[in-house]
Amino acid sequence: MDRDATADVNAPHSMGTTIVGVTYNGGVILGADSRTSTGLYVANRASDKITQLTDNVYICRSGSAADSQIVSDYVRYFLHQHTIQLGQPATVKVAANLVRLLAYNNKNMLQTGIIVGGWDKYEGGKIYGIPLGGTILEQPFAIGGSGSSYLYGFFDQAWKDGMTKEEAEQLVVKAVSLAIARDGASGGVVRTVTINSEGVTRNFYPGDQLPLWHDEVEAHNSLLDILNASNPEPMST
Amino acid sequence: MMRTSFAALIIASCILMRAFVKPSPLHTLEMDTLLTSEGDSQRTQYPYVTGTSVIGIKYKDGILMAADMGGSYGSTIRYKSVERIKQVGKHSLIGASGEISDFQEILKYLDELILHDNMWDDGNSLGPKEVHSYLTRVMYNRRNKFDPLWNSLVIGGVKNGHKYLGSVSMIGVNFEDDHIATGFGNHLARPLLREEWREDLSFEEGVKLLEKCMRNLLYRDRSAVNKIQIAKITEEGLTVSQPYSLKTFWIFSAFQNPTVGAEGSW
Repeated sequence: MDRDATADVNAPHSMGTTIVGVTYNGGVILGADSRTSTGLYVANRASDKITQLTDNVYICRSGSAADSQIVSDYVRYFLHQHTIQLGQPATVKVAANLVRLLAYNNKNMLQTGIIVGGWDKYEGGKIYGIPLGGTILEQPFAIGGSGSSYLYGFFDQAWKDGMTKEEAEQLVVKAVSLAIARDGASGGVVRTVTINSEGVTRNFYPGDQLPLWHDEVEAHNSLLDILNASNPEPMST
Repeated sequence: MMRTSFAALIIASCILMRAFVKPSPLHTLEMDTLLTSEGDSQRTQYPYVTGTSVIGIKYKDGILMAADMGGSYGSTIRYKSVERIKQVGKHSLIGASGEISDFQEILKYLDELILHDNMWDDGNSLGPKEVHSYLTRVMYNRRNKFDPLWNSLVIGGVKNGHKYLGSVSMIGVNFEDDHIATGFGNHLARPLLREEWREDLSFEEGVKLLEKCMRNLLYRDRSAVNKIQIAKITEEGLTVSQPYSLKTFWIFSAFQNPTVGAEGSW
């Protein structure tokens, strides 16, 4: 690959997306926005960045859509074979380490940051962050993508250990929503996936139902509705 | 118990797929090219998630090593619980600065090295000098292929009463000394160590000296994080401390009134 050898090695690559994964007492919750951009154009405003690897392990994808898709396809394939050999569901740790192998050994070619989350009967709910370069780190929560820049401070303040499922879900939705508010490369809807001993639940939070943050205003169908509200026509309800 | 056998199953199946069983050529090619690195014609990588300085000193009973737990991502301090000092076999400690994914890979190589060493079952075990030598070869040969492991490593340990402390860089520069530092530590810690290090430092004195260096790095290294671990290795054994933070000092009159007596300055 032809790379500029004088590139600033201290500048991290920004990746369009906001992805989040948190553990709670009983499982994990993965969250993501739904914007796929090509340059300044939004190619897909409702993409699904939370991808299934097995019944009990899902990943959040960020960075190059192509790279993250191909990595998840290969890991799904390897995990499928592994599950057959093992005779029982794969553990989250194995899934995460397979992602790491691909990410690390192809580090010069891939541009994708991945959060692996799932539940298995040995360790319960676990989250693994695999940023650019192929480092693998098990964490109580993980954030990734360009939108995550705006969430470091938020999580420093709002994260608590031992949350309930409802608290954790609200935290994830709030976080992704805050990132969407400030990151141009993130937007659309908030998708969440909850994984625990009982199984997997998908949730969907449309853009217009998310809370409003600073300097954002309520949505209306038309100016005319606003005008009519303050100056109702005579003899109208 | 069960978990280690799963791990063994994975290793076994990977080895099987690659070495003994010959499945369809497409399958083997796939696994090999994906799970192992290809030969690129040009390969100098860039570090992404990096650790900062590691400091090591010899003291009366063995070696002391210190590092913070930060993993930086460019200018962002992204991870604050990265263990950068690890045990290697019975007699050694390794501390790493630089790219964390490469350090994790080095730990896997060392795992394999120690495993094979144990399998000989001959009563011998690799000491820090041997581990240092092995790593020097690994780092230098990668450098020659223009595909370095982007780390500066500190190896320390005690074997048969002999204390050993050495370092290897990403280009294969290696040496042995009474005190070692990587990264910023070269500039900030080594002058302190040159002044205050002695052959017969006690454990307490050694820890205080390391903490003095780490505090200095905390003030002056932008990628330093206030959560450190100090590891000790002696003939008897090895301990890595729990993570802890250092107090910092800001109450100085020059800090509180920096512009006293200077008109119009800020």
